[in-house]
Amino acid sequence: MGDTSVDRDFEKPILEIEKRIEELEAFSQKAGVDLSSEIEKLRARANEQKREIFARLNAWQRVLLARDPNRPDSTDYLTLVFEDFLELHGDRAVGDDGAMLTGLCRVGGFRVMLVAQRKGKSTKERVACNFGSPHPEGYRKAMEKMRLAEKFRIPVVTLVNTPGAYPGIGAEERGQAFIIAKNLLEMSRLRTPILSVVIGEGGSGGALGICVADRLMILQNAYLSVISPEGCAAILWRDASKAPQAAELLRLTPNELKELGVVDDILPEPLGGAHRNPKEMGDTLKAALVRALDEAVALPLDQLLEKRYEKYRRIGYFLESEQRRLVASGAPPGGP
Amino acid sequence: MAFEKIKKFISRKKQIPGDLWTQCPGCSKTLFKREVEDRKKVCPDCQYHFTLTPLERIDQLLDPGSWTELWADLESVDALKFEGDVSYLKKLASAMKETGQKDACLVGTGKIEGHELVFGQTDSRFMMGSMGSVVGEKVARGFELATEKKLPLVFVSGSGGGARMFEGCLSLMQMAKTSAAIARHAEAGGLFISILTNPTMGGVMASFAALGDVILAEPRALIGFAGPRVIEQTIKQSLPKGFQTSEFLLAHGFIDRVVDRSCLRVELAKLLDYLVPCSA
Ligand SMILES: [Zn+2]
Repeated sequence: MGDTSVDRDFEKPILEIEKRIEELEAFSQKAGVDLSSEIEKLRARANEQKREIFARLNAWQRVLLARDPNRPDSTDYLTLVFEDFLELHGDRAVGDDGAMLTGLCRVGGFRVMLVAQRKGKSTKERVACNFGSPHPEGYRKAMEKMRLAEKFRIPVVTLVNTPGAYPGIGAEERGQAFIIAKNLLEMSRLRTPILSVVIGEGGSGGALGICVADRLMILQNAYLSVISPEGCAAILWRDASKAPQAAELLRLTPNELKELGVVDDILPEPLGGAHRNPKEMGDTLKAALVRALDEAVALPLDQLLEKRYEKYRRIGYFLESEQRRLVASGAPPGGP
Repeated sequence: MAFEKIKKFISRKKQIPGDLWTQCPGCSKTLFKREVEDRKKVCPDCQYHFTLTPLERIDQLLDPGSWTELWADLESVDALKFEGDVSYLKKLASAMKETGQKDACLVGTGKIEGHELVFGQTDSRFMMGSMGSVVGEKVARGFELATEKKLPLVFVSGSGGGARMFEGCLSLMQMAKTSAAIARHAEAGGLFISILTNPTMGGVMASFAALGDVILAEPRALIGFAGPRVIEQTIKQSLPKGFQTSEFLLAHGFIDRVVDRSCLRVELAKLLDYLVPCSA
């Protein structure tokens, strides 16, 4: 894992106890004193704190967790979840986008095409991956590999982790909007199963460009949003520092997204977040993928595509006709 | 010219009676409203294309009397309970009052030079033409109808807002929903002509607006993915002149033609003649 530590106020009580545990352990080793019962007590208290704090995380705290550079990234899951990864580069047109990692691998006996947004760990890697913001060539690369998977009936697994598609001059010159739109269209009809997991940040169209899927899963401390909380705050209050309030308004947390009918499954994270136990997170992710793959490959392709279409077709809330009948994709608490 | 004389007179008096005169956002000149309206709302001096109301657009493009609106009763819902300083419901209410419409999108059937088709448009005056559940639903239904009836679909986009923030990820998912409906229409051999007007940005541009078999744009429209200000803040430099305009997209190979409003109907008819021969 990386070595950047992140300060989050709400985690301070946990970090303080963890620091105390480290101190006691070091002391006990140096002085040859047995402090194991004290340490055990502290561990129990730390866990209790984690449970308490993580049970009532607000939207902004989840956004901060989702962005944590220590959180497992796609490259970590390459070994934690998948085996035998064979990277395939390039978009066959313009270049090879580092923010989009693609290649063949195996998971639980399935061959899959992995399409994963990548943020990178070290500063050098993060620059090479453009901090996880793909250019149009990244989305084209993703589609090229998905087409290859379709040809050989290999299921596609996508991992979403991006602050958004890159907003830059070159990206516009090379048709960012057009390439993303094309991915949405082609993914809706791709004749092989597609499973997507939001593992960190799900930044708007840049996330959606690789997650039109038969099943859309999201980790418990990840988020998916139509606009960044900062962008929303800038529009509402001309003040990006009000991002925490905007995060509440946008209903971007996994539970809210599930209620709205936007995501299909929420994958629980280890106590204290995925970064505290990447291995456990990997096991959960792997089990969920294998289960979903089992289901998806069992369906005849035409049925799978029909289901995929219906899934997206139903998403939305509106009133219709004089009776003001509510048409809704999920069931929000209390109803609108 | 009489207009010129009146203009001089007016500028001497340094006041513009709002009902007769308008200022061109393109060249800042004071224009006689009737003259602008006679020219399909294009500035006679700088060719600036003023924003059209949906009914003006229908008048300009469709055969007289051929338009039938569908699903006009669809109404947005505040599923997120979005309460900023101004709530989503209040924003909707004022947009409805301003435009007399229930949301930012009109879809229906009509004809262009006898070609039967499904016609739709977003109204950039209604919450910046942004796409929430209602817009997404109407677009998807429009394409489904066109698929079922084997009709071409012509859609005029104008959306500075992209995906509507106030409906959160429900709006984001309308991008997938509309694109999926277009995929089916395309697979069935349907023709989709997308017309981009000022402005077409964000989630609307990155979904249905970009998926035309033929893509036309009115001159000098702002078209793109990210907003110019967001890009400037990201790259910390100012943007080149003409960036993200129709002409810029034409030069980079993303649209088929830049078409002046005065020629739009004629060009549409010609395209329909070429690509939908059986319905002629
Ligand atoms: Zn002008």
